[in-house]
Amino acid sequence: MTATNEFRVCPDTGFRVHLPAEALMKVNAVAAVVFLLIGGIFGLLVALTRWPAVHLLPADLFYMALTAHGTDILLVWVIFFEVAVLYFASSVLLNCRLATPKLAWLAFALMMIGALFANYVIVIGQASVMFTSYVPMRAHPLFYLGLILFAVGALIACGVFFGTLVIAKRERTYEGSIPLVTFGAMVAAIIAVFTIASGAVILIPTLLWSVGIVSYIDPLLYKVIWWGMGHSSQQINVSAQIAIWYAIAAILFGAKPLSEKVSRGAFLLYILFLQIASAHHLLVEPGLSSEYKIWNTSYAMYLAVLASMIHGLTVPGAIEAAQRKKGYNKGLFEWLRKAPWGNPVFSGMFLSLVLFGFLGGITGVTMGVEQINLIIHNTIYVVGHFHGTVAVGTTLAFMAVSYFVVPFLWQKELVMPGLAKWQPYLFGIGMGFVAVFQMGAGTLGVPRRHWDMSFADAVLKFDFSAAAYLMMALAGIFSVIGSIGALAYILIMVGTILFGEPKRAAAKAPAPAQPSAAESVRHGSAGTLEVPGTFVLALVFLTTFVLYYYVNWKYLSELWLMK
Amino acid sequence: MSIFPPKERLWWNEPIERSEVLWIGLAFVWAMIMFAMMPFWHLSGGQNLSNEAYRVVPEAYGQKVEAAAAKYKVGEDKASGLPIVRPPVGGDAYMLGRTYEWWPILELVKGQSYRLHLSSMDMMHGFSLQPVNINIQVHPDYEHVLTLTPTTSGEFTIVCNEFCGIGHHVMTGKIRVVDK
Repeated sequence: MTATNEFRVCPDTGFRVHLPAEALMKVNAVAAVVFLLIGGIFGLLVALTRWPAVHLLPADLFYMALTAHGTDILLVWVIFFEVAVLYFASSVLLNCRLATPKLAWLAFALMMIGALFANYVIVIGQASVMFTSYVPMRAHPLFYLGLILFAVGALIACGVFFGTLVIAKRERTYEGSIPLVTFGAMVAAIIAVFTIASGAVILIPTLLWSVGIVSYIDPLLYKVIWWGMGHSSQQINVSAQIAIWYAIAAILFGAKPLSEKVSRGAFLLYILFLQIASAHHLLVEPGLSSEYKIWNTSYAMYLAVLASMIHGLTVPGAIEAAQRKKGYNKGLFEWLRKAPWGNPVFSGMFLSLVLFGFLGGITGVTMGVEQINLIIHNTIYVVGHFHGTVAVGTTLAFMAVSYFVVPFLWQKELVMPGLAKWQPYLFGIGMGFVAVFQMGAGTLGVPRRHWDMSFADAVLKFDFSAAAYLMMALAGIFSVIGSIGALAYILIMVGTILFGEPKRAAAKAPAPAQPSAAESVRHGSAGTLEVPGTFVLALVFLTTFVLYYYVNWKYLSELWLMK
Repeated sequence: MSIFPPKERLWWNEPIERSEVLWIGLAFVWAMIMFAMMPFWHLSGGQNLSNEAYRVVPEAYGQKVEAAAAKYKVGEDKASGLPIVRPPVGGDAYMLGRTYEWWPILELVKGQSYRLHLSSMDMMHGFSLQPVNINIQVHPDYEHVLTLTPTTSGEFTIVCNEFCGIGHHVMTGKIRVVDK
C-alpha cells in the first residue's frame, strides 16, 4: 500500500521514518521554536518591567507584551511542539505512514496563519486584552479569528494523529497494544479535542460580538467556558510532557514501566477527570455554587491529582529499576547519582519531573482549594504557579526531548555540546526561582497583570512591604538567567539544524533496541520494594505537600471572617 | 519499554509492583483528606466565600450605591474627594468598581459584621484588599453579597487585580476599620 521509498531507516535508532511525516515534524518543531523565541522575548520585556528598579516598558507596551507573551507561549509554542510530538508518537513509534499528509499541511498552514494574525493584531496594539480576553473587554476581531484558525488547525492535526492510529491498527504495523508513550499522546489528543470544542463554543460568539452581530455575552458564562479551553489546554501539556518523560526513560535507560496497567490506568484517569478543573479560575466568582466549585476544582475528588502522583512515582521508578538491573544497586540512590547528569536529555527531563511536582503540582492543588484561593486569586502567586508548570515542567521537558529529536530528524550532530550540557540547568534553575519568588510576592499580595506596584500615579496610594519589592526584584534577576537558558536552547537548536555536521555513523546515543526476552523478565525478588530510592523521594514529596497544604490553611484561618 | 508495544500481550494481567500499590494507597488517602477539607471548612471554618449573588443592571446597581452613600456619608477624603461612608453595623455596605476607581470609601467597625455588596459598572475588576490579602472577582451584571467581619483595624487599600484597561494600575480604593 505504501511505497517503501517513502521511508528511511534511522541508522542510530533503527526507527523507520515516514518521510512526509518527517517533513511535517520538522516544520512544526521549527515553528514551535520560532514562537518560543518571540514569546520569550516578550516574556523578558514583561519581567524587566515588573522588576521595580528597572520598570522598562511604558504601560501600554507592557500590557501589549504581556498579551503576546501569554498567547505565544501558553498556546502557540506548546501546541506546535505537541503536534510534532503527536506525529512522532503515532507515525514513528507505530512504524506507520502518517495519515493524510496533505491535511496535516493544511493544519500547519491554518495554525501558522492564525498565530500570525493574533501576533500582528497584538503588536499593533489592537488586542491588549490579555490572553484571556475577558468580556466585556473587546479586542480587534482579527485576534479572535486568529485564535479560532489556530484551534481549527490543531483540531485537524489531532484528526491526523487519530487517523494514523487507525491505519497502524489496520495495516498491522505493530503487535499487541500501542506503546505507553503513544497512549499518553493519545490522551493528550483526546483532551485537545475537548479543549478546542470549548474554545469554539466561546470564541466564535465572541468574534461575532466583536464585529457587532451578537449583542451581549455574559461575563460569567464567558469565563466558565473560556477556562474549559484555557485550563484544559494546559492538561494537554501535562499529558504530553508525561508521555515525553516515559519516552526519555525508555530511550536513555531502556526503562520499561513498572507496570503497564498502573501507568495506563493513571492516563485513563486523566481522560476521565483532568479536563475539568476550569473552576480553578472561578473560585472567588459570584454566581457559582460551592458544590460545583468543590467538585470541579478537585478534579472529582482529586482523582486526576492521584494520577499525577502515580506518574511521579512510576517515571523515576522505571529509571531506578532499569539502572539497578544494570548493576547500580548500591544503597538507595546510586542509580540516581550515576545517571547521565551531563546529558541534557536526562537532566532536562529529570529537572522537569522534580520541578513540575514541587513547584507546579503542590502549589496548583493548594491554590485550587476553594477557600485558600481567597488569599491567592489574581495575585502574582498564580503566575508563579504556572511558571512552575508550563516553564519548568512542560517547556523544560520539550527542551529535553529536543536534544534527542532534532538530531534524529535532521540527521545532524548537535552543535555546542558544552553549552547544551548546561542549558537545562540554566533554564530550569532560572525559571524555577522565578516561580518561587513570584509566589513569595503573591503571598504578600502583589497583583498579577499590573504595571506599577508602587501606585505612583494613583490618587489613593498604597505601599507594598520591602519584602514584596525584594521578591519582585529577585524574580526579575532570575528571569534574566532563565531567558539566557532559553536563548541557549534556541541557539543550539537553530545551530544544529543549519550548521550541524552530518551525523557520524557511530551511534552516540544509546540505541533503544527492543530488549531481549531475557531482559524483560522481572527483576528483583518478590515481596521487597523494588524501587526503594524512588519510594523515599515520593515520601519526601508527600511530606512537603502535606506541610505546604496545611501552612496555607493556617494563613487562611488568620483572615477576616467571611461567610 | 514505553516506546514499544508491551512485551506481554495481556499486560493487564501482570502483577503490580508492591511499591506502586503502597504509593497508590497513600496518594488516594491524601486525595480523600484534601477533598474532605473543603466541606469541612464550610462547616467549621471562618473564611468561606458567600454564594449569594443576583443579576443586576449596572446603572441600577450604581443608583443603589449612591443612595446608600448619600444616606450614610460621614465625611470626604481630602486627597481624592471620595465620600467616606459608614454603613450601619450589621447592615448593608455597598461598593462598586469602575474604570479606574473603587467607590466610595467605607468605614467599618472592627469585630462587627456587614453585608458587603460588590459589583462592577463596566469591565471585570479584581477586589484585592491589602495588606490583609483578600481577593474576590467582581463582575459587571452580577451583584455579589458577602458577610464580612473585619478582625483588624486600620486603613486598608483595595487594589484592582484584574486587568481592566490602560489605567488598571491606578485603580485603588480604601476601607477604614475603626475600633469603635
